[in-house]
Amino acid sequence: MSEELQTNSLIEQLPLKIREEVDKVASAKKLNKAQKEKLEVEIVKAYNESRFEPGDVIGIIAAQSISEPATQMTMRTYHFAGTAGIRVTYGLPRLIEIFDAKKELETPMMTIFLKSAHNSAEGARKFAEDIVEKYVETLVDTVSLNLGDSAVEMELTNKGRNSTVVNAINEAMKDVAGAKTRGDKIVVVAKGEIDVKELTKIKEKVMNIHITGLKGVNNAVVRREGDDWIINTIGSNLESILGMKEVDSTRTVTNDIHETATVLGIEAARNLMKMEAMKTMQEQGLDVNVRHIMLLGDIMTFGGEIKSIGRYGVAGAKTSILARAAFEETIKHLVKASLRKDSDSFTGIFENVMIGQVIPSGTGMFDLISKIGEEDSEEKEE
Amino acid sequence: MIVDKIEFAVVDSEMIKKQSAARITKTELYDQEGYPIEGGLMDPRLGVVDPGVRCRTCGSSIGDCQGHFGYLELTRPIMHVHYAKILFTVLKMFCRGCNRILVAEKDIEAFREKRLPLKELAKGMKKKCPWCSAEQKKWKFIPPYSFLENNETLNQAAIRDRLVKISNDDLDLIGIRIRPEHMVITLLPIPPVTVRPSITLETGERSEDDLTHKLVDVVRINERLKENIDLGAPDFIIEDLWELLQYHISTYFDNEVSGVPPARHRSGRVLKTISQRLKTKEGRFRGNLAGKRVNFSARTVTSPDSKIDIDEVGVPLEFARELTIPIRVNDGNVEEMRKIVMNGPGTWPGANYVIRPDGRRKKVSELTKEEISKELATGYIVERHIKDGDISLFNRQPSLHRMSIMAHKIRVMPFKTLRLNLCVTTPYNADFDGDEMNLHIPQTEEAQAEARILMAVPKNFRSPRFSGPIIGAVRDFLSALYIMTQDDVKFTREEFVQLVRAVDTDMPLPDKASMTGKEVFSLFLPKDFSIECKSKSGKKVVVEKGKLVEGVIDKASIGAENGKMFDKIEKQYGPYPAKRFLYNITRLATEYIMGLGFSVSISDQDLPKQAKDEIKAAIEKVRKEVDEMIDQFHRGELKALVGRTPKESLEAMIKRRLNQTLNEVQTVLESHIKDSYTLTMAKSGARGDLINIVQTAAMVGQEMVMGERMERGYYERIFPHFKRKDISLESRGFVAHGFKDGLTPFEFFFDAINSRESLMDKSLKTRHSGYMERRLVGALQDLKVEYDGTIRDAANRIVQFLPGEDGLDPAKIEKGGIDVRGIADKLFD
Repeated sequence: MSEELQTNSLIEQLPLKIREEVDKVASAKKLNKAQKEKLEVEIVKAYNESRFEPGDVIGIIAAQSISEPATQMTMRTYHFAGTAGIRVTYGLPRLIEIFDAKKELETPMMTIFLKSAHNSAEGARKFAEDIVEKYVETLVDTVSLNLGDSAVEMELTNKGRNSTVVNAINEAMKDVAGAKTRGDKIVVVAKGEIDVKELTKIKEKVMNIHITGLKGVNNAVVRREGDDWIINTIGSNLESILGMKEVDSTRTVTNDIHETATVLGIEAARNLMKMEAMKTMQEQGLDVNVRHIMLLGDIMTFGGEIKSIGRYGVAGAKTSILARAAFEETIKHLVKASLRKDSDSFTGIFENVMIGQVIPSGTGMFDLISKIGEEDSEEKEE
Repeated sequence: MIVDKIEFAVVDSEMIKKQSAARITKTELYDQEGYPIEGGLMDPRLGVVDPGVRCRTCGSSIGDCQGHFGYLELTRPIMHVHYAKILFTVLKMFCRGCNRILVAEKDIEAFREKRLPLKELAKGMKKKCPWCSAEQKKWKFIPPYSFLENNETLNQAAIRDRLVKISNDDLDLIGIRIRPEHMVITLLPIPPVTVRPSITLETGERSEDDLTHKLVDVVRINERLKENIDLGAPDFIIEDLWELLQYHISTYFDNEVSGVPPARHRSGRVLKTISQRLKTKEGRFRGNLAGKRVNFSARTVTSPDSKIDIDEVGVPLEFARELTIPIRVNDGNVEEMRKIVMNGPGTWPGANYVIRPDGRRKKVSELTKEEISKELATGYIVERHIKDGDISLFNRQPSLHRMSIMAHKIRVMPFKTLRLNLCVTTPYNADFDGDEMNLHIPQTEEAQAEARILMAVPKNFRSPRFSGPIIGAVRDFLSALYIMTQDDVKFTREEFVQLVRAVDTDMPLPDKASMTGKEVFSLFLPKDFSIECKSKSGKKVVVEKGKLVEGVIDKASIGAENGKMFDKIEKQYGPYPAKRFLYNITRLATEYIMGLGFSVSISDQDLPKQAKDEIKAAIEKVRKEVDEMIDQFHRGELKALVGRTPKESLEAMIKRRLNQTLNEVQTVLESHIKDSYTLTMAKSGARGDLINIVQTAAMVGQEMVMGERMERGYYERIFPHFKRKDISLESRGFVAHGFKDGLTPFEFFFDAINSRESLMDKSLKTRHSGYMERRLVGALQDLKVEYDGTIRDAANRIVQFLPGEDGLDPAKIEKGGIDVRGIADKLFD
């Protein structure tokens, strides 16, 4: 094999990112071919010296690297994201929320970017107005019960919306005679004569009718960042937002990992988890290498669905009965294992520590496996 | 590997009988003479717990006999509490007539494939038996262990009878691979006495273990039930006793079952029975199996020593005489070993034990030392005292990361504390206000080699968390080097020889009459080292070919967790030269600062009158402006910020304004305060920050609770001295004085409130993050890098194909990965 070929195969071992950087540096420094090859050899050497070694307990290192600085995080629950007036969970509580893969976030939020046609103060404001979820209740100014007519009467703040509201009420309420406008007022007439109690019930129902906006979006605030007009929302509804033609769907995100998983898929959820966790750490001025969080993201998502970190998720799904029993809910795991005659095969760390055996990682990972006789016969077969 | 599999199942009666050494029948434990009764719960065949007695079953004495099980024949079958709910679910799935599973024949294969939890499977059962057409009755489970079928109680015997008739094939369908009748107990295994040793008090009185107490109850009620049945007592009496037996056996297994009153000791203390022994942090699993107590370890208070090396630990002489390392005697070391044994156990370096080739252990004493010393020959093992250069593992709790336990070389020293170099306080998070640390002595050559090569302090300079140095100069080291590397520092020949020779006695000195501070520092830099980095204040620091040409040394270049310069030296020259460098410069710093008389004074915080006036004016101004804002708010003229109510906007604006004032005050202070060592510490990054000086000398500023201005306390006011609804600065926690001038009573309490909050916050935080760490480790512990470079878990599933997407270990790289440009620069410039 020629030397040149060898170098080429060497450089190909490197991750793309490093190879690109080698090319960039080489052209910036105007290196000739021989020089570049020399550089490549050095880089490959440096790369191989900096790799993980077999047996490295990468999981524990990641867990420690994340939780050690977490001791320095704040417990204060909220802060206001950027200059926008959206309150979001942050610090340790947010980090725990991410790792627990909570279904219901304390403060769900979307960051919406707009396509260039709508990327203006006016466009953004209008769009923000449109997506906020509105019920009849949010639109009315005054509401009263007219017992004489067995009707609910209301007056909207914005009279221009009267017809929309009337249509919505007629659509939603089947058990009333109907809604119509009377002058500036909207009147919902009940069927027949009914008492106050029933009428109040109707009123409640009417108040809760959804008129416009996206379900779950409670408030939207416009802010400017560089050339972009960004909308932050309280509440999240990614699926509907991404379907809207004004939205730049390549940049718009939510902070809800489960929602991202259903709308965009598990890989997206893994990336979001990584981003959110990194952001939470960085907000506190804590320096943690992304690799650790990526590993955590992978273990939470590699099964195709989001698993939390605790006993109902990753930790509860370990293969070793002893390790699970030692983690949490000791008795439950032992009882369950006995029913099915399950066995523990001592492939993990905890189990082996428990019975005083060398752990199968680090310097305890290797073993003599070759049996001389067998190896010979295998070679013959080949 | 010795153990490669452990299978879990439920023991059956046959097995219980087979493994038993004794049948238990008697309620009494001891006879009149105090000897254990045969057939009683302390039966001598169950093992030995008393010294001097030999086991009736195996013949071994205490310590060697691990004990033997016995058994108790229960008069009536008893339900095992932990399996009651499961048995109920199982029973519900089988026909009351023919005991076949309630699934039609055609659906069986589909059913087999379901693989759902029992509870889910039970939902799809037929109401009418598809095999014998028997109508099924309504079932009801009453926790903890009663079954109702058609509102009639099914007793344990009846349950067992039904379970016996269920076929293995049907059970396999629902994933149960044991005989279900074994979950209803007929023979109760009696644990060996070694599991429940009794203790003899000083008074000669015997005190029994909780388990024995519980078992006595079980045996007693069992006997009584038997007698009553034999006598033909009325049904209700038998049933009551049966129920009582069920209660005792249930609490024997688990004394914390909801719905069952816990069994108590005579004194009223709740008994600790089998489940309680296994569960929780102090239980068998977490307390004894996951973490074990070890020999060859030591623990005491630590103190600093800047003169021992970074990877050394100072061990008190007393400890050294107690901690030993086994050394195999061979031709080469036999003379040395003889000498050590001759020293005896009391003289350091001596030996405490000698192990003969036949495995017999001999204690070395003043009387036996000569004899043993002569006897020594190849094949003997001498347990000699630790001495300088031996390896040890040093640890401080909480062990939050892997740098919490590192290998240090032992250095035996006088006095009674463990001593460590100040540079390693950062990874251990140690200070010396009474901190204690642990020391372990690895015994085998394998363990020692691993400790030396993998765990040594220099191998842990780079933190895997952020790819930077976690070890570096701290505190006064930084102050000293900061002062020393100022542009105007000059030493006469006498002075610099004194300094340098204190660090290094061999180093060639330049033939100069005087040297600058920078030049002295440069002496310790590697000769071909160059770097350009920033100092803490953002100014340029330049090192060219081993000479510090420009800038000062401070936290940003050599400090722990930051040091750019130290980072690069470690990467370029390796851990051990880096250790040498760090040790040298910190020694230099100590030597220099000792001659300097580095000290602080309260007058460091003094401000000239002009500064005080300016600060006062700034505070007056902010007060006025905030009052104006509040007025605007009350008039309803305040322009609300986007997305917030006017009240929230007001608070946000006040907070912003106050922050601005604090910055103004800081600027004033910076331009007026006289140079002092207090300031030096802040500037070099040794300790404290400018804000601390501002708070002592000028103004503490706004006290916050939950990130807001204070508002809680009395109704609509913090203290009863304020007007209700007053939201001005003074009544909402603004502190306009500095600590040195003193706080007003109101301000003092505001500060106390704030302090208390941060105290609470801290203790809460440690609990939350501690539990988070436990969960994270629980989830990630089995992940490791395999020989093929992938990351897999214990079940061999691939989690990542290439660790971190590029295979790089953050503990081996510089921040940002491989420095391609740096390598190129080195090659071609």
